[in-house]
Amino acid sequence: MKKKLVVIGAGMASGRMLEQIFETAPDAYDVTLFNAEPRGNYNRLMLSPVLSGEKTYDQIVTHDADWYAAHGVDCRFGQSVVRIDRDRRVVHSNQSSAEYDALVIATGSAPFIIPVPGKDLPGVVAYRDLEDTQAMMDTAGKDAVVIGGGLLGLEAAAGMAARGARVTVIHLMGHLMERQLDPAAGYLLQKDLEKRGIKVHCKGATKAILGSDRAEAVLLEDGTVYPADLVCMAVGIRPETRLANDAHLEVERGIVVDDAMRTSDPHVFALGECVEHRGQLFGLVAPLYDQAKVLAKTLLDQVAEFSPVQTATKLKVTGCDLFSAGDFADGDGREDIVFRDPGRGIYKRLVLQDNRIIGVVMYGDTADGSWFYGLLKDGTDIEAMRETLIFGPAFQGGASLDPMAAVAALPPEAEICGCNGVSKGSIMDAVAGGACTLDQMRACTKASASCGTCTGLVQQVMAFALGGEVVDAPAGMCKCTDHTHEDVRRLIRAMGLKSIPAVMQELGWKSVGGCHSCRPALNYYLLAEYPLEYSDDRQSRFVNERNHANIQKDGTYSVVPRMWGGVTTPAELRAIADAAEKYDVPMVKVTGGQRIDLLGVRKEDLPHMWSDLNAAGLVSGHAYSKGLRTVKTCVGKEFCRVGTQDSTGLGIKLEKLMWGSWTPHKLKLGVSGCPRNCAEATCKDIGIVCVDSGYNISIGGAAGMEVKETEHLAATPSEDEAIQIVLAVTQLYREHGKYLDRIWKWMAKVGLDWIKSQVVDDLDNRAALVARFEISQSVYRRDPWADLSTPAETPKWAPLADLTLEAAE
Amino acid sequence: MTVFVDIGALADIPAQGARLVKTAQGCIAVFRTADDRVFALDDRCPHKGGPLSEGIVHGTSVTCPLHNWVFDMNTGAAQGADDGAVRTYDIRVQQGRILIDASLIRANRAA
Repeated sequence: MKKKLVVIGAGMASGRMLEQIFETAPDAYDVTLFNAEPRGNYNRLMLSPVLSGEKTYDQIVTHDADWYAAHGVDCRFGQSVVRIDRDRRVVHSNQSSAEYDALVIATGSAPFIIPVPGKDLPGVVAYRDLEDTQAMMDTAGKDAVVIGGGLLGLEAAAGMAARGARVTVIHLMGHLMERQLDPAAGYLLQKDLEKRGIKVHCKGATKAILGSDRAEAVLLEDGTVYPADLVCMAVGIRPETRLANDAHLEVERGIVVDDAMRTSDPHVFALGECVEHRGQLFGLVAPLYDQAKVLAKTLLDQVAEFSPVQTATKLKVTGCDLFSAGDFADGDGREDIVFRDPGRGIYKRLVLQDNRIIGVVMYGDTADGSWFYGLLKDGTDIEAMRETLIFGPAFQGGASLDPMAAVAALPPEAEICGCNGVSKGSIMDAVAGGACTLDQMRACTKASASCGTCTGLVQQVMAFALGGEVVDAPAGMCKCTDHTHEDVRRLIRAMGLKSIPAVMQELGWKSVGGCHSCRPALNYYLLAEYPLEYSDDRQSRFVNERNHANIQKDGTYSVVPRMWGGVTTPAELRAIADAAEKYDVPMVKVTGGQRIDLLGVRKEDLPHMWSDLNAAGLVSGHAYSKGLRTVKTCVGKEFCRVGTQDSTGLGIKLEKLMWGSWTPHKLKLGVSGCPRNCAEATCKDIGIVCVDSGYNISIGGAAGMEVKETEHLAATPSEDEAIQIVLAVTQLYREHGKYLDRIWKWMAKVGLDWIKSQVVDDLDNRAALVARFEISQSVYRRDPWADLSTPAETPKWAPLADLTLEAAE
Repeated sequence: MTVFVDIGALADIPAQGARLVKTAQGCIAVFRTADDRVFALDDRCPHKGGPLSEGIVHGTSVTCPLHNWVFDMNTGAAQGADDGAVRTYDIRVQQGRILIDASLIRANRAA
């Protein structure tokens, strides 16, 4: 007599298992197949092509009604199994029951739904079955939001975009597909998706799905709102183990099976995404098919053991070519071989350990993926071919890498010299016309003839045009790159690079993740270039700017509230005194910048102290920043018998306009009410000395390791114009100064005459500089203390855990 | 065999950042890299005692915020010309939770 086999779940794994059984021993079992979906087995991997319109449902059906009939399968589709009675070996669905000699649980996985308000609204779907797919196919011309930038989420996004939807992807992590890709490859992927009109929002945490009767929009923790006629949650899956749990089978994260795919009950087996084998879960199809083979043998009383092998991932989005396999995290004894071809958007990374490949990440050109994957699976010793390994199997010696790939990739119209509007094409033409030295180039095109900061880049373009002849280029900005600060900045502008991984990828960074010297510089250049689009990366900031306080040698901090123009009130002083007492501040000191420093504050007290100071109207004094520090003033004509103008009032106006701005290095201002110069304005970065006839503005002073007197920039009778000139010169310095150059250093490089021509003589340019400064300030003119002392942020300042307390118990 | 205790969620530490764990032997800096690996090191630079937890994390290295000594978090060894090392501790991530060598608690009981 045939034995009875009951299978719960008609998915890809159980389908493959049935094929194997019917092929080997067609008469071994009578099969009853339950499936909650009202249909049989289809190729779920092909849902993405169905969504994008490249295939239809009929084309992805694996087993049709004829197949089930031919093998005598009792199909109970549309029936959810509600209970397994292991004592009597009966399975009960919501409509019927079936006895078994052997039971296979193949319930697969369930999508993980983030527990946010609105998650149950109509219009919120997962991406698991045909119903979800159909809902997503109807989004043409509508707004769709995909939550989750992993494999599944991106396929959903690309599919809906192909159907004509306006799609936004919200991803919690810093880059897309972080489990499969490193930041550089994630950046390239994001760029490709954005090219096809998909908006990508990384570091976005979903707070709620808004809507009354159905989903209308998605609200993020940072306050951003994206309209959404459809919301697709694709944040992850978890094994569907509820039936097994209820039946008291052994379940950890998944249903626990042994090497023969048997559960803790000898009559019950499991396979697919619902199982856990030796602590591991499975989501890709290859190991599931291996499980199907093993379980088919087990059910036919043959000996078989499941042992998972490494699997590789490919994204099924037409035009996005990526490949990832193995382990690609940095680690002890691991080495990287990295290949970047920025111009063609290609990135390849091999992770090696003990002369063997243990990880592969490829983007843009994945042709050699399976070759590398073979070496990885086989554990091939690659020492002999290490030199040429990254170039793939076809490589047979050849030319060395072109160090000027970034320059070569620039289009002819890319601007190289901003001062004189000279493009790459003009330089190439000049070289073709015989300009072979820098002097000749300057003579005929003026490239690098003004401020001179583009000299290195001009030389590189010339070298490229001359056929790679050696040109003495200035030293690189750090050990991670040969490009100078100036070149990096220009390339950020010319190539439209908008994130740190983007810069590192496109400019061929030699390290993974940069170093403490290039990261803060890149962060500054990006936020100065793209104030609205780039969001400040706190982790790329030096401790003082990250924590918005000055670290002291014992690890405590100093807190300096802003006193506009050095003016304060009894109420502010009371609040400062209260804070000093409340937090046991060991020292209260008056600073040289006309404000009060509270020294010795513990890190975990910072947000509480800030919150108290905020309540009295006090904000951060940015006494720690490469940005505007203070505007020091004297009392001016309001009180002083020799004062000529309202120097205090002007100082306050300037400070209110400029506070919060980031600059290449710290920026200190002074406004003195008369030439006696009580505010010491002539040793500040920017100083204003008032006279009877108006305002004398001078720049480039210093009173640190170097002591320098400012040099005269402009004189004006109008306070308004004085303000405009100060803002314009600040913005010019922001746009052109090398990171960590004070104004005097920058001025020595570009020349005071050039600065004058930009901000004093050229009124249109002055106005444009002021406008750009104001755009940037629309983002940065806000108090970081208030932002970082919210109920959500405050706990992050305390230790993560205190094991001394546990020990005392 | 090493026994581990749970000190918090991976998500509690910013990528390329660190948080502190207080122990009876002093503070330990728990780092998270850009690719979500974690490391635990004494939060004290052997040079002048700088808090490594406040350093810039790059790759699997961290730079001390006081004088720019760079440490390899895998080994705790100072890189380049600088000579010295900080102690490292066993740490791992399981299902999004960070687990650290429990002997850090026991060491206190013995003390």
